[in-house]
Parts: sequence; structure tokens; C-alpha cells
Amino acid sequence: MTSALLSIEALTRNFGALSALAGVSLALEARERRAVIGPNGAGKTTLFNVITGQLPPSGGRIVFDGHPIAGLPPHAVAQRGVSRSFQRTNLFPRLTVLENLRLAAAAGEGGSYDLLGRVERVTAPLAVARETASAVGLADRIGETVGRLSYGEQRQLEVGVALATRPKLLLLDEPTAGMSPEETQRMTRMLEGLPREVTLLIIEHDMDVVGSLADRVTVLHYGQVLTEGTFDEVKQDPRVYEVYLGTE
Amino acid sequence: MMARGLGIAVVVAAVAVLPLAAGPYPVKLVQEILIWGIFAMSLDLLMGYAGMVSFGHSAFFGIGAYTAALLLSKWPGLLAALAAPALAAAVGALAIGFLSTRVGGVYFIMLTLAFSQMFFALTFQNAFLGAEDGITSVPRPTLFGLPLTSLGAFHVYLIVIVGAAAFLLHRVVRSPFGHVLRGIHDNEERMQAVGYAIRRYKLLAFVIAGTVAGVAGSLYTQFVGSISPDAFLWTTSGEALLMVIIGGTGTLNGAWLGAAAFILLQSLVSSYTERWMLILGFTFVLFVLFAPGGIVGALRGRVGVHS
Repeated sequence: MTSALLSIEALTRNFGALSALAGVSLALEARERRAVIGPNGAGKTTLFNVITGQLPPSGGRIVFDGHPIAGLPPHAVAQRGVSRSFQRTNLFPRLTVLENLRLAAAAGEGGSYDLLGRVERVTAPLAVARETASAVGLADRIGETVGRLSYGEQRQLEVGVALATRPKLLLLDEPTAGMSPEETQRMTRMLEGLPREVTLLIIEHDMDVVGSLADRVTVLHYGQVLTEGTFDEVKQDPRVYEVYLGTE
Repeated sequence: MMARGLGIAVVVAAVAVLPLAAGPYPVKLVQEILIWGIFAMSLDLLMGYAGMVSFGHSAFFGIGAYTAALLLSKWPGLLAALAAPALAAAVGALAIGFLSTRVGGVYFIMLTLAFSQMFFALTFQNAFLGAEDGITSVPRPTLFGLPLTSLGAFHVYLIVIVGAAAFLLHRVVRSPFGHVLRGIHDNEERMQAVGYAIRRYKLLAFVIAGTVAGVAGSLYTQFVGSISPDAFLWTTSGEALLMVIIGGTGTLNGAWLGAAAFILLQSLVSSYTERWMLILGFTFVLFVLFAPGGIVGALRGRVGVHS
């Protein structure tokens, strides 16, 4: 087995008596696009929260790019090249599209302790921000504040802010949540267009999106990995139908 | 942009030549407004930009004021009048900020308040610092062989220092660092998620604001010629907070207007009635209810209608 970009071993996270993650192991190759599916409460978002440091794990190991990252604070995980989007839109509401993206881009560029320079003259993060705005289809909306964007545009920006940090690994938590079919299609095309250098881990409920985007699929159920394989393999697994539809 | 620069130049020039045209009373009022204005402006950096509402900003005003009072009688130069108070306030802000920025919201307010009250209690009982009477007959500094005892000389000195501090704060809010502060104000969780160690940014903002507050405190000592433990009292923080809100939170220059409104109201009303705090309170309630953007917000609203 080649060395994985992200390798998770026996990861657990308890909330009191509840085991949200009950020993999850998975390995993600660089350049891979992996979908995580599973019914509500399977532990998908908890998995993301633990990987990115929003929640400390109760046990287990997370190794990213050769370094253990389990239990690091969110900013330290992000600085190593792991970025995430949120299921519930989580932006800078009073700032413009460009400012949202610029902040994310500057986080990795350093120079943010620059007290006397002018924001508009520090060009590197601005260039990344404009580039990202185009990549997520918001090039003609960069001057708008977040509050004036449509819901679909806010979801695009949600992915854009995660992308603007130029991560090695991008975690997307239901990027199409609450979107219309047309918006979902646009988002899917946008995600397909992302450079392959960005390894993708995506939580998604829309099976069309999963089918067209993911190289492999991991199915979570009650905080454990039920099965893993290509989309077609997983689709034909009767146990997957059982957990989604229930058994008679 | 041109008009704005011209406007600023006109106001600065008018303030600068005031001693030539007016008597000592209005000049002293303006000097008081300048000192309180820069103090309030430093608080606005925290409140309006980083979203950190501190109720203990008086701690740094007081540290600066007492440092100047102690040193000026022995070394009446810029070191005692400016450098040492700024440094002392910066060190104080680093220590208090290190502990206070661990918490947010109401806990941050209470911690900063508690620290400033500790300084009040300390100075109030310390014989070396003059206890409850404070330190009196502090001489003004001497610059280039010229003692700043005259109204005009002190006025020019004050404008240069206050102007430099205001310029610094304006630069900071427009810098990449200032942009990070606005991001923290808007959404701390997302700032961390994209990679910002937000506590360090908050601490640095706290130290910058505290340092400028220390300079304001030092200038106040030089202006009055004495300082008492009241400088540390929570009312000093509260007055700066009122000035920021009345002037317009998150505008920096609103602090001048807030300080002017506060001090003019105080001096006008208190010559008619003892109950000037009642009138100030009423004014404040009106502002919060009907002009939450403060004077600057109201002015901008007016401009918006016309353009």
C-alpha cells in the first residue's frame, strides 16, 4: 500500500454515553476524491469536526501528510493544509465576497501581522482570492457583501473560502445542502472542475453528486465504517440499502 | 477622497491655530477633547474592529498617567512623557490581555473590569503613589530647551502626539492585520478554520489599544498637572465607552465627535445644573435607540440620502 495523504486509525469520539465515532479507520490517497455517505446520525460531521480540530477525539490516530494531527487546534490543522466547508453556511457576513476570500487566502500566506501596510497593496492573497472567485463562479459578484448573495451563491462562497486557503486536503460538508436541482448541478460541475492536486473528502446525500464526483465511497453507520468501495460496488451492497431504508 | 483629505486638513488647521484666536478656556476644552478622543479611539480599535468590548480600558490610561507622573518630576523629557508611559501600558496590556483574551463576551468584559479595579485599589492604598490624593504638581516636559508650560506650546505638542497616534490607528485598521480583526469580529470559528491563531491577533490588538491609551493617560497627567486613583476607576472606562458609542462604533474618527459631545455637554450643562449625568444618560439612551450608528452613522445616513 502506498503512503496515504490522510490516514485515520480507530478514531473514537464519545458524547457522554453516546459513541458518535466508534472506531473509524480510513485511508485517503493523494489526489483521491472520496465521498462519505450514511444515514443521519452516522457520525459524518463529527468525523469532519474531529479531523479539523473543532472537536478533540476520544481516542485513535489521525496522520496527515506524515504528521499526527489528532487533537491539534483548528488553526494548526488548517495551516498544515487541511481546509473545510461547513454544512451550515459559515461566512463573514459583513464582508464582501472578495474580502471573505482574501482573508482565507492570506491565512496561509503569512504577513497578516502586517500592521502598517495597506490591504489592497498586498497583492498575493488578492490574486488568489480573485482566482478562487472565478473557480467558484462568483467572479462578477466580488464586491457584494455576503448578505446580498442568494443562498446558492452563499454555498458557492462557502466552498470558495475553504478552497482559497489552497489546501492539500479539502473537506466539504454537504456542499449542495438545501440547493435547488439547478444549483446542485452547477455546484457539481464546479467541484468536478477543481484541480486534481486537491484531495477531496466530501459528505453528500445526493447520490447523483456522489456518483459523478467520487472515486471511492465510504459508508458510515452508527459511527463505524459499514463498507467501502467504488460507487457501483457500494450501490450493489444490500447492507447499504438496509441502513438507508431499514430492514423488514 | 480629495474632499475628505481637504476636510481633514481644514479641521486640523483650525484646531492647530485655535490658541491664536481664542482664549484659554475654549483652548483647554479642545485639548481635553483631543486627549479623551484618542483614548476613546484606542478603545474603538478593540470594540469596533476586533469586536472586543473591554470595560477595563482605564487600566492602561491609569498606568500611562501614573508612569508619567512619577518620572516627569525627575526627567522632564520625552522619555518620561511619552516612551516610558507607552511602554508601561504596553507591558500591562500584554499581561492583562494574555489572561483576558482566553475568554470571550461577558467574561472578557468582567475580567478586564476586574483588572482595572485592582489597579484602582492598589493605587488608592499605596503611599508611594500618593494613595487617595494621587500625585500632584507634576511638571510639564521640556522639549528642545523649551518648557511646555505655555498654552500654545503645549497645544502644538498635543496635536503632534495625538495626531501621530490617530494616524497609527488609522493605518492599523486598514492593514492586513486590521482586516484579520474584522474577520474575527465577524466569525471567530471560520477564522480559526481557515488557519488564524485568533488569540494572538486579539492580544496584539489589545496591546496596541492599551499602548495608545497609556499615551492618552500620560497626556492627561501633563494637561492637568496631577493624577489621582480615579483615573483607574471603571467610570473612566465607561466614559470612553460612551464616547465611542455616541461618536459611532467602528469609525475611529467618531471618537473625536463622541469625546467632543461628552465634554461640551459636561461643561455646558454642569454650569447650569449639578445633574449633568442625568442629561448625559438621557442623551445616551436617545442615541442608542434612534442613532445606533452614533454621530458618524447619522451623518453618513444623511449623506446617503443626498447622493
